[in-house]
Amino acid sequence: MYGKGLRPLSLLTAASVALTLAAVFFWAPNDAYLGFLQKIFYLHVPLAIVTLCGFVAAGLMAVAHLRTRDPRWDVRSYVAIHISLIFGVVVLISGSIWARGAWGHWWVWNEPTLVSFLLVMLLYATYQPLRFAIEDPERQSRYASVFAITAGAFVPINFAIVRLSPAFVHPRTLSNISGNLPGRMQAVFYLALATAALLWVTLWRFEMTAKHVAAQLRRLRKLLGEETDDAPVRRSAAPSLTGVGSIS
Amino acid sequence: MIASALPLHTAGPYVAAAYIAFFVIVLIYVAIMASKLTRSERALTELTEQVEQRPRASDEGP
Repeated sequence: MYGKGLRPLSLLTAASVALTLAAVFFWAPNDAYLGFLQKIFYLHVPLAIVTLCGFVAAGLMAVAHLRTRDPRWDVRSYVAIHISLIFGVVVLISGSIWARGAWGHWWVWNEPTLVSFLLVMLLYATYQPLRFAIEDPERQSRYASVFAITAGAFVPINFAIVRLSPAFVHPRTLSNISGNLPGRMQAVFYLALATAALLWVTLWRFEMTAKHVAAQLRRLRKLLGEETDDAPVRRSAAPSLTGVGSIS
Repeated sequence: MIASALPLHTAGPYVAAAYIAFFVIVLIYVAIMASKLTRSERALTELTEQVEQRPRASDEGP
């Protein structure tokens, strides 16, 4: 019963996305400097924050995996990284579009915020190939967890270093020194942040449900004799849950 | 380096492009997951039919 509660969660997320879009385009005032272009901020920044938090969460799930040796934690960590990578791609695309409109360049290489985020994304882009390179499922999950913990610890360190470095063109969001938002903009920003987090959780649960169903099917096939334990297992980067009773 | 406020007709396509990119990527992901779930559902139906067609152990007798 992993998919229990997924429908109301999906509906809540859809409603939240609609409400956020309405607030962004019809309630939040235009920025004095960037004008209408600043509307990208409500997409780009919340997604960036949720992406980085997702990577840290995946690291914590990997800690739980190494502590308990429960493969369910490995799957949770794997799915968390997967969803965060998808969000991260949107962050890079929306950031580039915003940079082009605001600064006249698609990318600014000497801006620490941009380059550090790209580094984090490139780091996590190696996660799937790493898993795929290891054939033994037990070793694969262990090495993947070590990677998720190391990379997850790198994310807040990287974030702190970027905050300490001088900004070139990229503004610092939620800073006491600069980048503070006026009332209505701040309210919409927090709404967008909550929506992005809700969307992440919904997609994470959606993928976990799909993995749960696939594992149940495989187990059923084995019980019916369609598959045997001796059958060659297709090499995959995705963790296997076939031997696990419940995936909740 | 920061430009002054861009007029709506200039900024509009950038904003639209960013939001469209977001929705397209999320929709592609959801479509892939939905197709996987549909495939699983179909496989589950096939397995259920197989189980139903099998003679039960109690029907076979001692």
